[in-house]
Amino acid sequence: MSARDAILNRLYQRRDGAISAPESDFSIVQAKQWSDEDKIDLFQQKIESVHAEVHRVSKDNWLDKLKELAQAKGLNNMLVPQQAQVGVDVRADWSEDGLPELLSYDQPIEGWKAELFSNVDGAVTDVRSAVAETGSLVLWPDNDQPRLMTLVPPIHFAILDAGQLKNTFHEVIVSGGWVQQGMPTNALLISGPSKTADIEQTLAYGVHGPKELIVLIRQ
Amino acid sequence: MSSIKLYPPKPEKVYFYGTCLVDMFYPDAGMAGIQLLEKQGIEVIFPQDQTCCGQPAYTSGYHDQAREVAAAQLGLFPGDYPIVLPSGSCAGMMREHYPELFAGHPEEAKAKEVAGRIYELTEFLMHVCHIKLEDKGEPIKVAMHTSCSARREMGLGEVGPALLGQLDNVELVEQARVKECCGFGGAFSVRHPEISEAMVTDKVEAIDATGANTLISSDCGCMMNITGAAEHMKKEFKGEHIASFLWRRCHES
Amino acid sequence: MSHNQPEKTAQSGVKEFHPRVHEAINNPQIRANFRKAMDGLMDKRQAAFPSDDELQGLRDLVAAIRLRALSKLPELLEKLEENLTANGVKVHWAENGDQACQIILDICQQKNAKSVIKGKSMVSEEMELNHYLEKHGIEALESDLGEYIVQLAEETPSHIIMPAIHKNTDEISDLMHDKTGTKKSRDVEYLTAEARQQLRKRFEKADVGVSGVNFAVAETGTLCLVENEGNGRLTTTVPPVHIAVTGIEKVVENLEDVAPLLSLLTRSATGQHITTYFNMISSPRKEGELDGPEEVHLVLVDSGRSNIYQDDELLDTLRCIRCGACMNHCPVYTRIGGHAYGYTYPGPIGKILMPHLAGLDDAKDLPSASSLCGACGEVCPVRIPIPKLLVRLREESVAGDSDHNNSSVKGRGSKRSTSESLIWKGWAKMHKSGGLYRTGTGAATVFRFLMPNKIGAWTKCRTAPKLAPSTLHQQVKARGKNGGEK
Repeated sequence: MSARDAILNRLYQRRDGAISAPESDFSIVQAKQWSDEDKIDLFQQKIESVHAEVHRVSKDNWLDKLKELAQAKGLNNMLVPQQAQVGVDVRADWSEDGLPELLSYDQPIEGWKAELFSNVDGAVTDVRSAVAETGSLVLWPDNDQPRLMTLVPPIHFAILDAGQLKNTFHEVIVSGGWVQQGMPTNALLISGPSKTADIEQTLAYGVHGPKELIVLIRQ
Repeated sequence: MSSIKLYPPKPEKVYFYGTCLVDMFYPDAGMAGIQLLEKQGIEVIFPQDQTCCGQPAYTSGYHDQAREVAAAQLGLFPGDYPIVLPSGSCAGMMREHYPELFAGHPEEAKAKEVAGRIYELTEFLMHVCHIKLEDKGEPIKVAMHTSCSARREMGLGEVGPALLGQLDNVELVEQARVKECCGFGGAFSVRHPEISEAMVTDKVEAIDATGANTLISSDCGCMMNITGAAEHMKKEFKGEHIASFLWRRCHES
Repeated sequence: MSHNQPEKTAQSGVKEFHPRVHEAINNPQIRANFRKAMDGLMDKRQAAFPSDDELQGLRDLVAAIRLRALSKLPELLEKLEENLTANGVKVHWAENGDQACQIILDICQQKNAKSVIKGKSMVSEEMELNHYLEKHGIEALESDLGEYIVQLAEETPSHIIMPAIHKNTDEISDLMHDKTGTKKSRDVEYLTAEARQQLRKRFEKADVGVSGVNFAVAETGTLCLVENEGNGRLTTTVPPVHIAVTGIEKVVENLEDVAPLLSLLTRSATGQHITTYFNMISSPRKEGELDGPEEVHLVLVDSGRSNIYQDDELLDTLRCIRCGACMNHCPVYTRIGGHAYGYTYPGPIGKILMPHLAGLDDAKDLPSASSLCGACGEVCPVRIPIPKLLVRLREESVAGDSDHNNSSVKGRGSKRSTSESLIWKGWAKMHKSGGLYRTGTGAATVFRFLMPNKIGAWTKCRTAPKLAPSTLHQQVKARGKNGGEK
C-alpha cells in the first residue's frame, strides 16, 4: 500500500469514531468595522509601528512626493511597472534632472538575477487593497509587477488609494471574492520592511528583503 | 471563571474537607478554616473518614488507584451542602478532574454531583459568605502566593488579595512574576528536583526582595515548598496559610 | 527511574534528560539569556491583547476552526491534494521522516541539484533533513537568520520560533567571526547586514528552495507561510524548484479560516499584530510570469500524527499552530532552555508531542517534567489542554488506567515499574479506608509514599516539613462537635 493510502486509511478508520466540531463563529472578526477616516488613521498607525514610512498625498501631488522621496533616498534607479496605472503615470512625467533611472522588470528572472540582486535600488508598485486593522498591504504579483519586485530591491514604494482600505484581512478575502475568483500564483500581505529579531531580540531591518517600505496614501 | 460562576446563598451547613497535607502538617490552618466558617454562622461538618482527594496518584499517572481513593471520598457528603477545602489544588482535583476520572464508571453521576458542590475556602468566604473582616492586628507587610491550581484551574487569582485587602493594617506587596509557579507540583519536586529547586529559589528571592515578613498562601503544598526553601536559604520571612492568618488577625489579636 | 540503560534520544543520542537539565540549570549564561527573552516575550504578548474579551473570543473561534479541520482531516487532505494538483503543484505523502527525506532527495537528484536553500521548517528539523541531504552530497543552507546562526554553531534550534534565542549578541558575534570572518561587533545592524550579504549570494545560486507551511488551505490549494525576514519569500520564489514540507495536521478547510489563525498566531508568538509577510502560494510559475519556481512540491508527513489522531483526548495535540507561546510562558522551559529537552520540539508542546513522534519509551522523562502549573494551557491560542494531556501521558507511561488498555500510544507502560506500582497500591489501600488512614497518618507522609528514596531530593534545598503533633482529624474530634459524623 502506498504511504498515501496507508495514512488516509488510518485517518478514515479512526478508532474513536467521528469527531464533532463546534460552529466557527466569525462574528468577532466581522464586528471589526471602522469609518473611512478611522481606517486611514489605523492603517497608518499600525504600519508605522512596524517601521514603514507613510505619506498622505492627493491624487494631484502624489507624483511630486514620489520624486522628492526618490531623490532624497539617493536612488540611482528603480523598477516601475509598465502596464499598471501608477507605472504609466510615473513614466509619463519623469524628466527632471536628478531623478533615478526607471527600469522595467520585463524578462524572466533567470536572465538578470545577478543584476536584480546587486544593482537595483528600489521599486514602485501599486497594491490590490490594504488592511486597516493590521496595517497591511495586499498584493497579487503578476507579469507586470512580479514577486521579486517587492522583495529584492532595498526600497519599496507602495502606492495605495485610501478607498482601497478594508477593515480586516477576513473582509479582504470574503468581500474580495478570492475563492470565487481563484487564487493567483502568489498572494501577499506586506506589513513593513523586512525585519528580524533573531539576535537577542534586537530588531534589525532589511535582513533579506527591503530595508525601507514607503507607503503613499492617495486621498 | 469566578466571574461567571453563579454562587448560592449562604447555607446553614457545609462539609469541610481538610486535605491530607493540612491534616498532617498544617492542622491549625484547617481549624482556622473551620472557625472562620463557624463565625459566619455556618455549621461545619468534618467527615472523619476523609483521607486524600487522590491527586498524588492522579498526577503520577496511577489513575486506577486515584479512582479507588476518590471513590471512597464520594460517599462522605450525603447531605446537600457545599464542600469546602482549604486548598485550591485539592479543590481543583475534586471539581475539575473527578468528572473525567469517573467518566464511564458507575460513580460518574455521583462524581459530577460532588464536583458541583466543591468550593475553595477563600472563594467560599468571599463569594458565598460575603465575609466582612475586621483587622485587629498590628501593622504588617505581607506577600501572597496564590497556587497555580487556585489561579488557573479555579480562576481565583483575585480572591486572596481581595480578602487581605479588607485588613486595614495589612500591606500586601507584590513580588516580581507573581503569577509564576513556585516549583512544587507535587511529585514534580522530587522527580525533577533541580528544576524545582531553580524555580523555588527564584520565588523565594522574589518574595524576599519585597521586604514582606510573612508569605500568605492558600495552598499548603506551595507554602511547604516556599517556606522550606526560604528557611534553607536563611531568609527572614515566614509562611502562613491564609485561613490561619485571617483568623489570627481578626479573632485572636 | 527503574530503567538503567542510557537514554536514546532523537538528537543528542547519548545523554539522558537529567544530566542535560543539570548542565543547563548550572549554566548562568543560558539561565540569563532565557529569562530575559521569555520575560520580554510574555510582556509583548500581553500588550498585543489589550482586550481579554477579544482574546478569548478569538481563541474560541480558532480552536473551533482547527477542530473542524481535524474533524474532516482525511477528506480535507484529499481535497488539498486535488486542488494543488489542479494548480500544478505535485503532492507527495510520507509515512515518516526518512521517507520524506528520500522524496526530497529524489527531487533534488532529478534536478541535478547541488545546493538547497531553506526557509524555516520545524518538520524538516524533525526529520533531520539537512543532515540527510549533506550525507548525499547536497549542501543545505538555512536562511532564516536564527536558523543560520544555529547552523553555523552546528546546533539545533532551542525555540521553535526563535531558534537562536539561547545565544546573546556577543556569542553570535564571536560565532560569525569564527565561521564567516565578519568583524566582531555588538552592533546587531552590522551583523544582520553581513548575514544578508552572505545569504544573498547563496540565494542567487540555490537550485532548490525548501520551506515549511503554516497553513495549507484545502478549499483553494494554497500554502501559507508566515515570516518577517523575507527569506521565506526568497526561498519560495528564487530557486527553480520549491519543495514545501509539512505535517498532515496543518491543513485547514477554508481560505477565510486563515485570517483569524494568522491574527492569533503572530500575536501569541511574539506579540506582533502581524508579521512582515504573509505569503500565500497556490501554484508554480504560470505562462508569462517572470519569476517564481517552475516546479512546486508539497510533502505531507505523518510521523505518528495519524496515531495521535485515533484518540479523542490526544487529538487536541494536533490543533497546535506552533506559536511557541507555551514555551515562552513555561517556568520549566525558562529555567532549562530548549536544548535540555533533547528533542526537536521543546517546552510544553514538545512534552505532549514528542512522546508520540519518538515513542514514550524514548521520551519517557518529558511528561513528568512539569509542575502542571497551567501557564501553557492558559495562553495556548487554540486552547490545547496541555496539563491534562501531560497527565494523560503520565498515565500512558505507567499504564496506570485500565480504561486505556486499548490505547494506541507508542511505548505505553514503558515506565511502569513493579516497585512503584506496589507503592501506589499500598497508598490506595490505606487511603480508601478512613480507619486505616487515621491510624497511619502519623507514620507516613505522602512524600515517603510517593518516592521512598527521593525525599533527599526535597531536603537538598529545603528544610524538611515537620509533622504536626496532632492531625486535623484528631483536633476536630477533640472538639467534640460534628467531627464524628461520617
